[in-house]
Amino acid sequence: MTGLPWLSLLILVPLVAGGLCLFVSATGARWIALVGTLIDFAISIYLWTAYDPNGAQWQFVEKYPLGGQVSYALGIDGIALVLIALTAFLMPICIGASWRAIEKRVPEYMAYFLLMEALILGAFEAQDLFLFYIFFEGGLIPMYLIIGIWGGVERIKASYKFFLYTLFGSVLMLIAMLYMAGTAHTTSIPALMAFDFPKQAQTFLFLAFLASFAVKLPMWPVHTWLPDAHVQAPTAGSVILAGVLLKLGGYGFIRFSLPMFPDGSAQFIPFMFVLSGVAVVYTSLVALVQRDMKKLIAYSSVAHMAFVTFGLFAMNRQGIEGAMIVMLSHGLVSGALFLCVGVVYDRLHTREIDRYGGLSDNMPGYALLFMIFTMASVGLPGTSGFVGEFLSLVGTYRASSWGAIFATTGIILGAAYMLWLYWRICFGTLRHADAAAMPDLSVREWWLLAPIAAAVFWMGIYPESFMRPIRNDIGRMLVRLDRVAPVGDSHLTLGKGTGHMDMGAMH
Amino acid sequence: MIPRFTAPLLPELMLSIGGTILMLLAAFTGRRGAALVNWLAVLLLLGATVALIGPPSHVGPVFDGMVSADLFASFGKAIMFPAAAVAIIAAHGWFERGTEHSAEYAVLIVFAAAGMSVMVSAMSLVALYVGLELNSLAGYVLAAYRRSDERSAEAGLKYFVLGALASGILLYGISLLYGFTGTMSFTGIAAAFARGAPSLGLLFGLVFVLAGLAFKASAVPFHMWTPDVYEGAPTPVTAFFASAPKVAAVLLATRLCVEGLGPATDAWRQIVIFAALASIFLGAIAAYGQTNIKRLLAYSSINNVGFAMIGLAAGGARGASSVLFYMAVYVVMTLGAFLCVLWMRDAEGQPVESIASMSGLAQTRPGFAAAFAIFMFSLAGIPPLFGFWPKLVVFNAAIASGYVALAVAGILGTVIGAYYYLKIVKVMYMDEPAAPYARVREPIQGLLILLAAVLVSPLGYLLIGPLGSLTDKAAGSLF
Repeated sequence: MTGLPWLSLLILVPLVAGGLCLFVSATGARWIALVGTLIDFAISIYLWTAYDPNGAQWQFVEKYPLGGQVSYALGIDGIALVLIALTAFLMPICIGASWRAIEKRVPEYMAYFLLMEALILGAFEAQDLFLFYIFFEGGLIPMYLIIGIWGGVERIKASYKFFLYTLFGSVLMLIAMLYMAGTAHTTSIPALMAFDFPKQAQTFLFLAFLASFAVKLPMWPVHTWLPDAHVQAPTAGSVILAGVLLKLGGYGFIRFSLPMFPDGSAQFIPFMFVLSGVAVVYTSLVALVQRDMKKLIAYSSVAHMAFVTFGLFAMNRQGIEGAMIVMLSHGLVSGALFLCVGVVYDRLHTREIDRYGGLSDNMPGYALLFMIFTMASVGLPGTSGFVGEFLSLVGTYRASSWGAIFATTGIILGAAYMLWLYWRICFGTLRHADAAAMPDLSVREWWLLAPIAAAVFWMGIYPESFMRPIRNDIGRMLVRLDRVAPVGDSHLTLGKGTGHMDMGAMH
Repeated sequence: MIPRFTAPLLPELMLSIGGTILMLLAAFTGRRGAALVNWLAVLLLLGATVALIGPPSHVGPVFDGMVSADLFASFGKAIMFPAAAVAIIAAHGWFERGTEHSAEYAVLIVFAAAGMSVMVSAMSLVALYVGLELNSLAGYVLAAYRRSDERSAEAGLKYFVLGALASGILLYGISLLYGFTGTMSFTGIAAAFARGAPSLGLLFGLVFVLAGLAFKASAVPFHMWTPDVYEGAPTPVTAFFASAPKVAAVLLATRLCVEGLGPATDAWRQIVIFAALASIFLGAIAAYGQTNIKRLLAYSSINNVGFAMIGLAAGGARGASSVLFYMAVYVVMTLGAFLCVLWMRDAEGQPVESIASMSGLAQTRPGFAAAFAIFMFSLAGIPPLFGFWPKLVVFNAAIASGYVALAVAGILGTVIGAYYYLKIVKVMYMDEPAAPYARVREPIQGLLILLAAVLVSPLGYLLIGPLGSLTDKAAGSLF
């Protein structure tokens, strides 16, 4: 490992690039943003290769005390690593998606995007409680501006709703953080992950963190900001919102709620399962009746995130690994689906499903890629969606068969609304002359979508690449959760013994 | 050179004597000397800040315990003197266009600073009252400084009438405390409170004194004057009111509560908690409908003083330290915001105050809009801006003292308050551009805005260590 502060660089590069963007022309800003995000992606690839899955839990650690208890402490484990890679992978694609679609105030737009990248990456890297909060909350400001300035007709309302909803959730978490810092006399996240809070306090701490992460993820019934934000946000904004920002919620559960408050989490397993079950069924049904493409995908995001909470709160290896893979897969797939919406929106300037139809005739390349992502969203074997959803369901089944029954309906309903969406847009006859006149994907659009498709297949065919970095970290977490993990009514055993299966046995 | 017994009061002496000389200078030179007097006053204030290093910071009670030259007072002065100097610099280019500019403005600010200086050092009810009145009288005149302007005259009169009422209440409280304890000194009063359950008269005295101080700090329910006076007073004066005197009042209340009323903590704590929460929520909710930026910032200042009082309610050295921390950052944010307001001029160079005139500022004046947005997000306490940290510090103090519910209520207030700060950002960044502002050529003010913006930007977090240990030490000098 070299002495360079890689993690700080990862934050610094987009910040500097964002600052530069403000002083150049629109074209210059586009190129600076693209180069900046690509450099960040390169650094993340380096991190991935240099990261030792069997090494220490926290790698690339940096720490500078800031005074008081607080310090500027960065460090990543495998879980953070894969999410950082996802973020760094999606960012250049977002810049590419905004290349033509954003015409007004381009330098500002690029600056906010890069600022957001820096803040999101910072949140994944932070090893100090308050540093995490600063990054976590700070991401609201650029997103608020992106939705509010470059959004659709109802952008102002959507931006307020987004900001105030998430802020409201987070401030309760802040109170809990202050309590934790006072009780444990440390703000170091690794130290807190090993600290045992009093059982009674854990209940309240869990609820306070839940308020924040449930809004961010989002879980039913606090998901209502998401469809508004998605529909109004520009395409790249939606991609980053669905692809990465929502993952901060899941990351929060993995990093804070489960390891820090195992008893608190265990108390709420039935509650979380009920919320997730309702989310799967309810939001899938809502997605089924949407007339707006973006709204449909937004609701499908809520349903997919319910697989994450199902898996996490099953508290076994399959569940948590599945939740992680669902998050990664959903980051890619929903991002790609929003890009697909953006492709046709850029041509026809409407998101209404009925205005399209039969696109497979005049846009075969588009139809092909859209098909791949639709199938990945449905969870077709061979795509990333299958791996995550299957593992998550196995984990859920081991914890509660009822939970698994409800969760599985999500797969069926998911297939229903996604296939129907695809059918209405790409198949049938070319009913509308303007839709029929649309040209197929440009080279730029191929460059945006093809890498995601490749990643989707990679994750679906050889998920081990993505599981290797996170395996030991999940193992460490399971040790902590072992005491409280639910014993389900189903006893899935392979071979002999009822101990925790490792993934080797699954393959 | 300097007689030994005066050394602890050197800053106050500098300001009083210097202010008097400046007044004579102003009287003899007339309008021609205005610029000279202004700059001399700025130098005087900065000199007084430098003079804080040394005896004024560690000698302790002097003049038979009338005032205390300790680090707590010095910390307050080190915030207030530069803030007062900024208020003088802010006036540059503001009054000159009118006919009413004269050198007395700077002189009045210097005298107000001397009054505030006595306030934060006061260890006796007499010193408290004298300092407060010296500050207030200068303030009344300043509020009415544009005497040809109806709104300014109205602001001055309103401030004076209500201020006199508050002073009366304060004096009545002082007389009760004196009558029931037989002493004017804070330590003596503390001793009287410590002698068992306080009598009804003592409690009344405590309530009246706190009410009088709440008026100066514009805490709810004694805030009514704030929006009107802030709106009517000339903007540089408003900037001054929102910063230095507020620090003085909050710090004075802190010292009085800790040193004079320490044994009666249970009695005053409920008052402070009520005032804190009422200020936070009223400040946040009443700001919704405002269309004038100065009125909005007035409610913002009410809202902010509520957060500082949460730190006071938390009690202990930690609570006092959090109050100091909060006020230090608050002054920077507020002065920055008001300096920006000073630059809001229409095409003819006339000042405008409506929020609507800020539409699309991000496109016509991007740097200006960015600075204002930084102050707004910072005042709202949204990380990664530094305004988040002082809020965290006061909530931390409240939770450490076991007042979790208070912290939760306060933090919900920040969410409500965030709405109207966001509204300003929305108007500047998301609305269509209105007629652009005229360019203001005031490089020094521009530098000050830049400095304030940098201080409350994420770079401010580098200050957590030094500022935190300084406020801890300063608060420690009270205990």
